[in-house]
Amino acid sequence: MGDVALRVEGIYAGYVPDLPILKDVHITVPRHSMTVIIGPNGAGKSTLIKAIAGLVNVRAGRIIHEGRDITGIRPDVLAGYGLSYVPQSDNVFRTLTIRQNLDLALRKAGAEAPARLAGLYDTFPQLADKRHEKAGALSGGQRQFLAVALALANRPSIVLLDEPSAGLSPKAAAEVLEHARALTEQGVTILLVEQNVKQALRLADHCYILAEGRNQIDGPAADLLADPIVGEIYLGAKRLQAS
Amino acid sequence: MIQNLIDGILVGSTLSLGAIGLTMVMHLLRFANFSHAELLSIGAYSAIVFDAIFSTMLPFLAAKIGPLSMTWALALSVVASMAITAMSALLIDRLVFRRVREKGSELSMVFASFGVAMIIRNAVGLIFGLGTHHYTKDIVFAVVLSRDPMILIKPDQVFTLAAALAIMIVLHLVLSRTTIGYALRAVAENPALAQVNGIRLSHMIALVWLVGGGLAAVAGVFYGLSNQISPMIGRDLVLPIFAATIVGGIGSIYGAVLGGFIVGIAANIALLVLPSGFSPSVPFIIILAVLLIRPNGLFGEART
Amino acid sequence: MIGLLSYAVFFSTVASILAIAVLGLNLQWGNTGLFNGGIVAFFGAGAYGTLILGGTPQPDHLGGFNLFYPLALIGGCLSAGLLAWVVGVLTLRLRHDYLAIATFGIAVTFENIMRNAEAFSGGAKGFRGFERPLRGWFGDGFVYNMGFLCAVLMLLFAVYAFQQSLGASPFGRLLRAIREDEDAARSLGKNPARIRLTAFIAGSAIMGLSGGLYATFYAFVSPQDVLPTLTFQIWAMLIVGGAGNNRGAILGAFVIWGAWTASGWALSRFAPLELQLFTGSIQYILIGSVIVGMLLWRPQGLLPERLVVSQSGSSN
Repeated sequence: MGDVALRVEGIYAGYVPDLPILKDVHITVPRHSMTVIIGPNGAGKSTLIKAIAGLVNVRAGRIIHEGRDITGIRPDVLAGYGLSYVPQSDNVFRTLTIRQNLDLALRKAGAEAPARLAGLYDTFPQLADKRHEKAGALSGGQRQFLAVALALANRPSIVLLDEPSAGLSPKAAAEVLEHARALTEQGVTILLVEQNVKQALRLADHCYILAEGRNQIDGPAADLLADPIVGEIYLGAKRLQAS
Repeated sequence: MIQNLIDGILVGSTLSLGAIGLTMVMHLLRFANFSHAELLSIGAYSAIVFDAIFSTMLPFLAAKIGPLSMTWALALSVVASMAITAMSALLIDRLVFRRVREKGSELSMVFASFGVAMIIRNAVGLIFGLGTHHYTKDIVFAVVLSRDPMILIKPDQVFTLAAALAIMIVLHLVLSRTTIGYALRAVAENPALAQVNGIRLSHMIALVWLVGGGLAAVAGVFYGLSNQISPMIGRDLVLPIFAATIVGGIGSIYGAVLGGFIVGIAANIALLVLPSGFSPSVPFIIILAVLLIRPNGLFGEART
Repeated sequence: MIGLLSYAVFFSTVASILAIAVLGLNLQWGNTGLFNGGIVAFFGAGAYGTLILGGTPQPDHLGGFNLFYPLALIGGCLSAGLLAWVVGVLTLRLRHDYLAIATFGIAVTFENIMRNAEAFSGGAKGFRGFERPLRGWFGDGFVYNMGFLCAVLMLLFAVYAFQQSLGASPFGRLLRAIREDEDAARSLGKNPARIRLTAFIAGSAIMGLSGGLYATFYAFVSPQDVLPTLTFQIWAMLIVGGAGNNRGAILGAFVIWGAWTASGWALSRFAPLELQLFTGSIQYILIGSVIVGMLLWRPQGLLPERLVVSQSGSSN
């Protein structure tokens, strides 16, 4: 294990039997780093991150988190292991207030809960101001911060972020991604799926490119950003992404 | 008119208690549970059994509570019946619904619930006979509140209304003030997100069955206090309770409370214009009206 | 011997009539995934519709239009279809439990109205005064019943053939596509709500046909014939036979109707006297257990659906 927070070893996964979306995918996420997965639509990026979070059946292969085989473990148990997942959409409880959302996330924190709640309000002051409002009433950016706050509530070792900048204004998107980057300085490992490729590559340490459910290219994010082939396929020519 | 309104409110409180559990189950497990009303039947009949046991073993409990027809033994039986009915609901889920859920579609669940309803209803008939039962043999006289217009009310009815409202307030406090309440609401809103936030789905499903069963037991006993108890309780109440959930919007607990009262009141007011033989049709007319005017109910959200 | 034979004819007639209703349900549930909780309402609409249109004049209630029999039967089917349209339009846009509840509700209401609206339906004592078609030619005896069975079997076969060809047609594939993945069907530019409505009305009209034949056979219908338990029996037939398979639907009708009559006979003959009163209860527990048991251990039924190979290549 050493410096590896998460290792995905040749998994096959999908929603329907006999129809794997992921085919022999390998990922290694170094500890305290930010790793980004990019790829065209339908590449299986979200499926991969859901499979790690325990929401999609893994039919073959293994997922190792901090040296422990977590393949096939229930999502609620994974949360207890320090693996947090922020879905792309519907990632906060809209019918609960912000305070209730956070209380829910902190319900197993016991005596530590008040201090952690205060800590989250410090980190996300915009949430503190609106603590008694329904989460459904928040703006896109605020909602994304609440989602991240929920994920951070139990001091996870790794946070999986599924397109956190989707649907946000460029300013809010940059803010959210930079916040995620900042988390790695505090000892959290980040695994990120992003469409906002340029920005993600600028911030991330390492990058995997997925297409059609398989690994394509991987390497240090800076190298891929500079790579002309990657640039042509994934950064410049947007229309290729749609095909 | 006022008498009908009062009667409607009293019936409504029973329907609300039944509808709360039904709407929770329907929302969380995504199926129309046709066996929910049989839980009211289980509750009403368990209370008969416990009542007999308690009043024989502890004769001093057979005394009436104040002006009510209800004895201390029956009051205690309500609690015991809640426990039994809640456990029955959980057991039925373990034996049937959970297993169908794991292999089948939501439609199979609906069929299974009909099968379960048939089995329970007829098993109750086999065990307790097809005739009717009453909690008390005494005739409880209604108190005349007014002679013009004539308004009658029984002490039992006032008690059941107060108790039903108290239970709803407790439920409200749990849902709006405790993390277990937040967890229930979270699971109802977004099961996948609830799971990744560390909530164990199977525990919440069990909790919903327990709460639904417990409330159904209270509803069954309260219904039995002012009506006859027969194996057909479930058959007679299933449609009004469904109507209450639809009026409120499937999944909305507060909607179910309001829906229960609306259906109860509407059914009693309808008796002013319709011959009483048609009263079983009233819930369906209400359902049609809601579907025409506001398909997702008062508090429901569109969800397909 | 002749007694046994005439019982066999009687049994087959009722089972075949019910099999038509099971086929109607198969179109709705098996092929399209629509839950109909109120089969009796459509069955009853067909029965009452046929008798009201084709019956002899009644002194105390509606009816007695003495319509030519095939027209009366078609009228029965149309009344069932009309009822289905009302429920379908209101509920098929919504999530599936609304249809389940609304159809259940209309069945309760239908029975309730037939029982109470005496001027319309004859009330609790039922609707009598119907001339069985061609009675003048065949009389009332065994020959008539034999002929009636043949007619019912022909209609059963016609419905079966219709549904088989429907299943193989582009419309049938569309129905299954909607059942499996509504969003995908919608993305292909199809309007699932309308297609489901069509299937729902067609299935209900077939149930109406079954009801019309049932009322013709007995020349009588009463609220006792449209109790929710009939809905339940017809489901049991489809679940046991195999949802999605038309042959299974017919097989299920004969198996369940056979088991139902046999258990009733056995209970009345062998059960102790004090249990006789509970014959109905025991039968319902048995049939409830059959449904639950099938769903738990053999959800595909005796004859599973044979899926036409489709491009997606996967089902459940």
